[in-house]
Amino acid sequence: MDQLDQLVAEAGADFAAAADGAALESAKARYFGKGGSLTELLKGLGKLDPEARKTVGAEINKAKAAIEALLTARRDALQQAALEAQLAAEALDVTLPGRGAGIGGLHPVVRTLERVEQLFRSIGFDVAEGPEIETDFYNFTALNTPANHPARSMHDTFYLENGDGVMLRTHTSPVQIRAMQAHVEAYKDRETMPELRVIAPGRVYRVDSDATHSPMFHQIEGVWIGESVSFADLKGVVADFLRSFFESDDLQVRFRPSFFPFTEPSAEIDVAFMSGALKGRWLEIAGCGMMHPNVLRFGGIDPERYTGFAFGMGPDRLTMLRYGVNDLRLFFEGDLRFLGQFR
Amino acid sequence: MQFSELWLRSFVSPALDSDALGHLLTMAGLEVEEQGGVAAVFSKVVVAQIVEAEKHPNADKLRVCKVDAGLGELLQIVCGAPNAAAGIKIPCALVGADLAGFGIKAAKLRGVESFGMLCSAKELGTSDESSGLLVLAEDAPIGMDVREYLSLDDTLFTIKLTPNRADCLSLTGIAREVAALTASPLTLPACEPVAATHADARAIVLDAPEACPRYSGRIIRGVDAKAPTPEWMKQRLARSGIRSISALVDVTNYVMLELGQPLHAFDNAKLNGSIHVRLPNAGEQVLLLNGQTITPAADTLLIADETRALALAGVMGGEDSGITLDTTDLFLESAFFAPDAIAGRARAYGFSSDASYRFERGVDFALAGQAMERATRLILDICGGSAGPVQEALAADKLPARAPIRLRAARVRRVLGIALTADCVAEMFERLNLSVARDGEDFVVTPPSYRFDLEIEEDLIEEIARLHGYDNIPSVAPRGQISMLPRPEDKRDTMFIRRLVAGREYQEVINFAFVEEAWEKDFCGNLDPVRLANPIASQMSVMRSSLIGGLVANVVTNRKRQTNRVRVFEIGRCFARDPAGKPVDGFHQPVRIAALAAGFARPEQWAEASRNVDFFDVKADLEALLFPRVAEFERAAHPALHPGRSARVLLDGRAIGFIGELHPVWVQRYELGTAPVVFEIELEALLDTVTPAYREVSRFPAVTRDLALVVDQGAAAGVLLKGLLDVAPAIVQRIELFDQYQGKGIEPNRKSLAFRVVMQETQRTLEDAEVDAAMAALTRHAEENLDAKLRA
Repeated sequence: MDQLDQLVAEAGADFAAAADGAALESAKARYFGKGGSLTELLKGLGKLDPEARKTVGAEINKAKAAIEALLTARRDALQQAALEAQLAAEALDVTLPGRGAGIGGLHPVVRTLERVEQLFRSIGFDVAEGPEIETDFYNFTALNTPANHPARSMHDTFYLENGDGVMLRTHTSPVQIRAMQAHVEAYKDRETMPELRVIAPGRVYRVDSDATHSPMFHQIEGVWIGESVSFADLKGVVADFLRSFFESDDLQVRFRPSFFPFTEPSAEIDVAFMSGALKGRWLEIAGCGMMHPNVLRFGGIDPERYTGFAFGMGPDRLTMLRYGVNDLRLFFEGDLRFLGQFR
Repeated sequence: MQFSELWLRSFVSPALDSDALGHLLTMAGLEVEEQGGVAAVFSKVVVAQIVEAEKHPNADKLRVCKVDAGLGELLQIVCGAPNAAAGIKIPCALVGADLAGFGIKAAKLRGVESFGMLCSAKELGTSDESSGLLVLAEDAPIGMDVREYLSLDDTLFTIKLTPNRADCLSLTGIAREVAALTASPLTLPACEPVAATHADARAIVLDAPEACPRYSGRIIRGVDAKAPTPEWMKQRLARSGIRSISALVDVTNYVMLELGQPLHAFDNAKLNGSIHVRLPNAGEQVLLLNGQTITPAADTLLIADETRALALAGVMGGEDSGITLDTTDLFLESAFFAPDAIAGRARAYGFSSDASYRFERGVDFALAGQAMERATRLILDICGGSAGPVQEALAADKLPARAPIRLRAARVRRVLGIALTADCVAEMFERLNLSVARDGEDFVVTPPSYRFDLEIEEDLIEEIARLHGYDNIPSVAPRGQISMLPRPEDKRDTMFIRRLVAGREYQEVINFAFVEEAWEKDFCGNLDPVRLANPIASQMSVMRSSLIGGLVANVVTNRKRQTNRVRVFEIGRCFARDPAGKPVDGFHQPVRIAALAAGFARPEQWAEASRNVDFFDVKADLEALLFPRVAEFERAAHPALHPGRSARVLLDGRAIGFIGELHPVWVQRYELGTAPVVFEIELEALLDTVTPAYREVSRFPAVTRDLALVVDQGAAAGVLLKGLLDVAPAIVQRIELFDQYQGKGIEPNRKSLAFRVVMQETQRTLEDAEVDAAMAALTRHAEENLDAKLRA
């Protein structure tokens, strides 16, 4: 049966020589096709006697199985090679940059506002807002600052032409009054009014312009009114906020007596960092105090029953301190090289 | 308020160094803005006299001086000061002296030996004056240390006083405060009455007693107005930032600084008859000391004699009734003017004065008499003369009331959050010189005449907090009522919107709300914007009614800085007059969001050809912001935008804003290069969204059919689509426009729009007949009602 062994060996060589699928199929035809070697051998079986047919048939079938196995192996190998070639051809330069739109960003001061809002929301403060063209009543009178009050000279006010004393608000404090009025109205039918906890970020305006003053800037007003809200609570909330905002447990915070017509007692809040360029310097960062009884009354709230604190701070300054920005004017110039740094 | 520490310490001197004193004041609400020595740090500088001054043999500008510095022998010192002359007394730095780190050694100057240095004020750091030697008084004792002689071991404090603490606008006031804070003994200046030595006097009439309830006057005869002001007084004035003018003026200023009472001296010879404190007559004019002639408003209080107005009461004296160096007889005024009668008046006339600053904040109404005596004493001591009797006109019932204030211990606890004993509180009030009565748990407190800021219980609570020390009030983690804040699911907040816009590659900007008037005209067609009465600059004179101008300016700014691809957005208020405006009557102040994209649609990259951003890029951004709500866009003109490429945006039929390409005229005028695309939308419209509602997902196959319709080239695809959707049978799930074609096979001026119609049922497989019927219905409607033809 050397002839069969040789046939298997020949088939192996033939298949190996086939470089692609088509060549392999024609090689296969030489063995299994019409007139193929194996086909002919199997046809020849009929001429043998039954005994011999049995043994020879078995031998031929064994050879056929061997050749089929060789064919399958070669076919798999060719497929694998083709896949590998395809994969190699499809390889990318993965270091080329991604394609498509980029990402914009928030304004750095808004980023601060967002953080401030999140921190205060976490202790149950809501966020309110108010108009920027404001009346004398809300901007001054209801904040216990009647006409000719010397405190009015602390605010250089933009007035509107033909505006009957209507102005651009000089602070976000008018929102205190509007928020109180809305709160009182919302709960007028209740025996007790729930606490009012609200912050009001927004733009404010003063006639002032230099490296540290912008005629338009931001403030965040905060108010907490309830049946037992004290100066000690005010200190606690503001210090907690400042340490959370600057992510600095060792931030020094001090409260120093001051004067605002709408709070009593009033305080300025200074902070000092324990490291960094401004280390050890007291920096004025906010004004605050217990809400003046007249202000509560203007908001429709009985100062005997409720007390409250209010604070106002400058998010522009908070942003400058947080990110080390040294010129306030950059915030309002719209230079994408600057703004893009805060994405 | 600026003052010298030594002057303050002459009244109260707690055992604190200068820094601790500064801290004490700051932490009591008298914020120390600046604090520093009055002179440089130096030593071994003494009073000396130039005995001889010869020209230097080898230098034109130098002099060789023989100087008596009290050392027993004369020192030879070479000096370059132009005023070095024999006879004058000057500060002399001896060999071995240290002038702010600069050591003085024996030296040879141009071949002449020099043993020391004669000093200017600048070299001693007492002023910037460097043009010559500091000339000392003739009686300065030779050899005395200059620091001691000029009291240079002194500190200047500048305090930023809050408007409520007018009582601290004097050394007396600050001294009282320091004494209260430190419980130190207080010695105030003596104000002994000066006996009259003549009987001349002027009658005083209070014609407006509400405005001026107390007015004292006194004639002082025979003064020498040219007498020199004593050095000590000049020095204290200088250290309070007040220039010496003449002895009489200096005394009035000195007493104002010392006690807090503004005074005015009239030249008695220029007055006629009695003095009236009254409101102006119609048309009356006053020529003021500053040269300004004003016609006082009806509520401006005047000092007048029988013939004319002399001065603006409590604000400024008159030019032709004031004292001069030739004055011999003066009429000295010491009065109380009510804050309401003075407040805002000086500002209305465009100036301010030390007197008005004090009166409008409140001057001690019991002080006028003492100040009169104090000033009289000083004038007599310095300028000689003889004092007449003090005439006082008083409307006692019109003086400010000092009503007792009830303070409840429980209220203190409630407001401050600390418990203080009654004795502790009583002791604080005593230190503050408040008169106190106890009524059970309560205190009944009557404030002194100099405290205008103590009116209600909270004012007293603040005093307690200040004396207790804000630092000593604990920081408490507050306890609040806890309840969840509402978070409606169909509302989004502004921060969420910001993140969405930023996620589509827009950078947020914040632009000024006041803009150039031209922007309002160009971008809004607004010829009557809301104008500021007092703009800071002409390019910031009107309030914006649109955010677009600012965004265009951002393009300009960034192009100048070589950034041509600009994608910016802003969220902010816009302003317009509107009779129905709320909450401020007459003004509409909506918050809007506007975005602008200019330059390439995508960041420059390697894979695709770059192209400029167009209308549909930005429209997709806007649609994404509105998603899942769907807006309609209808062609509409807008002053800022290309008329063929702009649309009004409608949501549920309500106009919410505009989108479009900037008008080519503005692209050219503002030098923008390529046309930016902008949108501006009411922010409110973006905040509303929808709470999702479940619809059943079909398990049966969908059937998709295409419908190609030919319409006029100018027809709006959106209108056609909406028309189809309006009549679509229930099985139609959606209709999408997937192709627009013009050209071969389509008549000129016509276009083909291809729609994909997706149909499905949730309960069964659709039958061909109903699909065909649906398509036929759509086609029929399009042909009959929408000016379309089925494409052949």
